[in-house]
Amino acid sequence: MEKLLPAKDRLLKSKRSRLDGEFRGKLIVILCAVIMISATIAITIFLGTKGMQSFTKNGISIIEFLTSTNWNPTDKASPMYGVLPFIFGSFAVTFLAALIAAPLGIGGAIFMTEIAPSWGRKILQPIVELLVGIPSVVYGFIGLTVLVPFIRENVGGLGFSLLSGMIVLAVMILPTITTIATDAMSSLPNHLREGSYALGATRWQTIRKVLVPAAMPSLLTAIILGMARAFGEALAVQMVIGNVRNLPSSILDASATLTTIITLNMGHTTYGSVENNTLWSMGLILLIMSFAFILLIRYLSSRRKLR
Amino acid sequence: MNSKAADRIATGVFVAIAITIVTILAGLFFYIFVNGFKHISLEFLTSPSSNVRAGGGIRDQLFNSFYILFITMLITVPIGIGGGVYMAEYAKPGKVTDLIRTCIEVLSSLPSIVIGMFGLLIFVNTTGWGYTILGGALALTIFNLPTMVRTTEDAIRAVPRDLKEASLALGVTHWHTIKTIILPAAFPSVLTGAILAAGRVFGEAAALLFTAGLSTPRLDYTNWNPFSEQSPLNIFRPAETLAVHIWSVNTQGLIPDVNEVASGSSAVLVLSVLIFNLLARWIGSLIHKRATATK
Repeated sequence: MEKLLPAKDRLLKSKRSRLDGEFRGKLIVILCAVIMISATIAITIFLGTKGMQSFTKNGISIIEFLTSTNWNPTDKASPMYGVLPFIFGSFAVTFLAALIAAPLGIGGAIFMTEIAPSWGRKILQPIVELLVGIPSVVYGFIGLTVLVPFIRENVGGLGFSLLSGMIVLAVMILPTITTIATDAMSSLPNHLREGSYALGATRWQTIRKVLVPAAMPSLLTAIILGMARAFGEALAVQMVIGNVRNLPSSILDASATLTTIITLNMGHTTYGSVENNTLWSMGLILLIMSFAFILLIRYLSSRRKLR
Repeated sequence: MNSKAADRIATGVFVAIAITIVTILAGLFFYIFVNGFKHISLEFLTSPSSNVRAGGGIRDQLFNSFYILFITMLITVPIGIGGGVYMAEYAKPGKVTDLIRTCIEVLSSLPSIVIGMFGLLIFVNTTGWGYTILGGALALTIFNLPTMVRTTEDAIRAVPRDLKEASLALGVTHWHTIKTIILPAAFPSVLTGAILAAGRVFGEAAALLFTAGLSTPRLDYTNWNPFSEQSPLNIFRPAETLAVHIWSVNTQGLIPDVNEVASGSSAVLVLSVLIFNLLARWIGSLIHKRATATK
């Protein structure tokens, strides 16, 4: 009977079960960590092998794939698989969006931390957080119904253009840049500001000569994170950019990006066909670019630590 | 006086930038709500969508969005909290921890379309399920996991050390301390983070295009058997969510009232995300008040 067991035994037993629980708990959380590692490795391996198939199995030359401007996979006689126009479109739209969003975002951050730290921040902070919350398809839809007709009537062209894509993306990445830039500016030590003001510098001189250079690596990180987001964005861009296969000659021309071509064609090409495989290769380019952005951010943060 | 003038001009520029940002947001919200609320009615929310005729609603899409969100959170929250606990309590500085951090960073920076493609490869083609709710939820889990892990880790690190040390000093084991002391103390921040993550998942579309699909079978809402083909609860059926619906009506453009449906859906979508955000803030401040006994 268990009641008659001496207290010593009962204590030992309960201790053992505690230790069992201890072990089980540790096992569970380690398992969760392992899931994350394996998901990352699985994504890299599966997308890597699938993306290489168009080169290994279908015999498309990588050089031609990356440098040719002819995209005509449906041509029966001589199908062409050059994705340069889409790679160019992706980079163009990303850089142009960053060109608009970076000054606005960093300017907004400086307004929040330096010009009006009390009330400005109280107004702008929730606004930026609300902007983050708007789903990307809604940006795309508004771009399609407001921006595209506006550009068609007032600027020229069809409306579906690099210009529309870059404006939509700029608004989308604005909150990312603003949030990180604000954190960077407000984490600067206060003695930098005080030292500068004590030397008689105006606020603008302090911002330009002291604060922005000091926060530079973090500000660049903010811009690159924004660009990474813009590079991978699919649906919002797809709705406004026009999706043509030619290299655009001006920002009013319709264009296409890697993401938009994948979105459009993945659904109606046969799984395993050559055209479908080239889409996976484009996906692989996106994956590699997102690794490249991470490496760039790592490099910047290591520079930040050196200072 | 030259530098003074430059200072004044610069201040003006910064104020102008702030005003621009405010205007962008105000314009967006004004447009979404003014255009959207005209089309929202009880009928719009409760009637099924139509593929070709005008006057379709968003009943199924709305249900699918919440259902996929629910399934996603059911998978994400336990794994995310487990991962967060590991990172905050067990991980020792070293190569393995660096690897996990890199993995979190990689996962969180992957474009959602790439995650969608991975989902298509694994959860749709390799498993042979076709487009399913479960596949969509698993893809969204990959998308959401890094956020959840980071939130949990930060929340646990913010728990005062004294609590943990007092518990350990009483002879309570590490895991038991985590279960009974640390996690309850970190709960409010974890909950806030989870709700914010839910808002992000709710509006996600690109990862779902190739995993949960662009169609919904005819649903019978009186059928609660999760294994039946027509049951809304079946996790092995294709499901078009609200965000995907906005995209597909605009790109396919088969119905004559694209604009109305898309405006109404956008307003519902943004409103839902807004409610998620407000809910997270409200719960956060409520629990904060209770915990710190401030008014």
